[in-house]
Amino acid sequence: MEDAFIFAVLTLNATVRVATPLILCSMAGLFSERSGVIDISLEGKMLGAAFIAASVAAATGSPWLALAAGIATAVFLALLHGFACITHHGNQVVSGVALNILMSGLTVVLGIAWFHRGGQTPSLESSERFMPISLPLADVLADVPVLGTLYGRLISGHNLLVYVAFLAVPLAWWVLYRTRFGLRLRAVGENPKAVDTAGISVAWLRYRAVLICGLLTGIAGTYLSIANNAAFVRDMTAGQGYIALAALIFGKWRPWTAFGACLLFGLLNAVAIRLQGVPIPGIGEVPVVFIQALPYVLTVVLLAGFIGKAVAPKAIGEPYMKES
Amino acid sequence: MSAPPAELPRWIDIGLIPVINICLALLVSGLIILAIGENPWDALVIMVRGALGYGEGVGYTLYYTTNFIFTGLAVAIAFHAGLFNIGGEGQAYIGGLGVGLVMLAFDSYLPFVLLLPLGILAGALFGAAWAAIPAWLQAYRGSHVVITTIMFNFIAAAVMVYLMVNVLIKPGQMSPESREFTEAGQLPFIHEMLAGIGITVTPTPLNLSIVWALICCVGVWAFIWRTRWGYELRAVGHNEAAAVYAGVRPRHIVVAAMCISGALAGFVGFNEIMGVHHRLLLNFTAGYGFTGIAVSLMGRNHPVGVVLASLLFGVLYQGGAELAFEVPTITRELVVTIQGLVILFSGALAYMSTPWVTRLYRLFVGWRADTAATAPTTTTGEA
Repeated sequence: MEDAFIFAVLTLNATVRVATPLILCSMAGLFSERSGVIDISLEGKMLGAAFIAASVAAATGSPWLALAAGIATAVFLALLHGFACITHHGNQVVSGVALNILMSGLTVVLGIAWFHRGGQTPSLESSERFMPISLPLADVLADVPVLGTLYGRLISGHNLLVYVAFLAVPLAWWVLYRTRFGLRLRAVGENPKAVDTAGISVAWLRYRAVLICGLLTGIAGTYLSIANNAAFVRDMTAGQGYIALAALIFGKWRPWTAFGACLLFGLLNAVAIRLQGVPIPGIGEVPVVFIQALPYVLTVVLLAGFIGKAVAPKAIGEPYMKES
Repeated sequence: MSAPPAELPRWIDIGLIPVINICLALLVSGLIILAIGENPWDALVIMVRGALGYGEGVGYTLYYTTNFIFTGLAVAIAFHAGLFNIGGEGQAYIGGLGVGLVMLAFDSYLPFVLLLPLGILAGALFGAAWAAIPAWLQAYRGSHVVITTIMFNFIAAAVMVYLMVNVLIKPGQMSPESREFTEAGQLPFIHEMLAGIGITVTPTPLNLSIVWALICCVGVWAFIWRTRWGYELRAVGHNEAAAVYAGVRPRHIVVAAMCISGALAGFVGFNEIMGVHHRLLLNFTAGYGFTGIAVSLMGRNHPVGVVLASLLFGVLYQGGAELAFEVPTITRELVVTIQGLVILFSGALAYMSTPWVTRLYRLFVGWRADTAATAPTTTTGEA
């Protein structure tokens, strides 16, 4: 019983760590897509930010500078996406594909040119990273049964960016549903013409949406390379940007449900790693690849309309052309 | 994608602007090479020489070209129906699985002449089947094909890992590969065929499938512009509502277009599995499906353009390999970077240069009209 409890807590702890970049990225995608700009380049932005953050941390030794550089990189890429899709009415999917491919190549090219380690950045000291933080009272409460373990092992002991990710969800909800900016942002994703008629700039609203998207993917990338790991390795995002996109759709383009989907997909991943080679009674050994592919399968099943219905923002993917 | 202003003449729209876009992409690539401390001009020379300067290089270039023709055509035909197939990677993977399964099943019993059409058929069927599910979901359940094909790429990868590691692996070895096909299950290499008629060239992976790729180009051209189905497909791509009034059933077209697209992508497996590796293995698609997007965009979704763009990417891939070999600070990923830039400039930013070109063109036309108009007045001496 005691063992099972600890096992569950450790699995949940791993879930939190796996889900953090997913949460940040799907909140990023939420802003972009609710404003009508499809973003399949979450992956590329996160990868670029992870690489630059790790490089800056290795060069300067400051995790804060690294965070700033990671965010700046992702914001730059987001602006490029906006420049193509908003200013030049380019195809949003094509632009996203371009950024993903560009970053998967460029991070390795620059990594090898700068560090000569086959695309990896130098290992970082703990002073150069975001390290786990012990929340107050974690030691004191450690002896309290159940609650102490939950608090000490699950809630406390993560790095700063994890808490940022979990705070991003209520913040995203508040901005989208309780502010004037959020109302307009959602409106521009549904009916840009109405927003334009009201005298509000569609382009400026969408640019702000992709900027927020860049900010959040930048934090996600920085988390991967200098908080959760101690270096950048090539292709380190490994499809997590796409899983975050799947979570966003699985959550029907809403903050709390998308957050739930991120936790679910994170849990699946954490369980998959733990189940490696362990036979389940009655079923036998479940191949890990299938559990890892489950988020994609679930998303397809959802999109097929077999579990509820995911309705995308109405004007998503359509460049807005002002009538002249 | 927004349409360019109509008043530009055709040669500027389909000739000059794509060239400007490629030049912009190459210019940025040059800046990147400069930034990592190498000389872009030297790099270009090494690339072109490595890709086209000697027999082996040309063989490899054409071998890459074969794959790009297949995936480029796949993306192009979907584009004509107004669909974006990002799933070429997964369809190629599953197509290769189909080719491999047929070869593993029949290579001891059937002769090459039967295995050749069977291989083509298997690649087409498996690739088409993998595209059919997202297509059906888009046509009948309203889910977007872009998202579902992305998901299907990952699902295809998972299926292949499972099959290769647990089912199809040749017993008694570590690496997840099947047994090698017998002679009957292998496409002849071009160097073997040339040796048959007395010409000796360096062995390269280039094989008979390039002929099939060219046949596919002609087939796709004829299908899109010379058949009723092709007409209906383009009609749906241009204006679905109008197509409905013309009696076209868009749902059928969506499924058909995606199936053809998937089948074409599946032929990458035909080249790689039956033509080069002669066994089933992991990761043989190596990003060719994604490159198909760049190829199709650059080739303006026309088979002739696709062949030209495939050649360019063949040169980039082979030249890039050579460059990585000669210059230690440069890696093969430089080619991936260039590919990303090409998609950015000739896809997403395709019409960025149009306003400038239009303005220049108008200036030029206006200047010519002015000189034509002022010429007679000056001769009459009126001032």
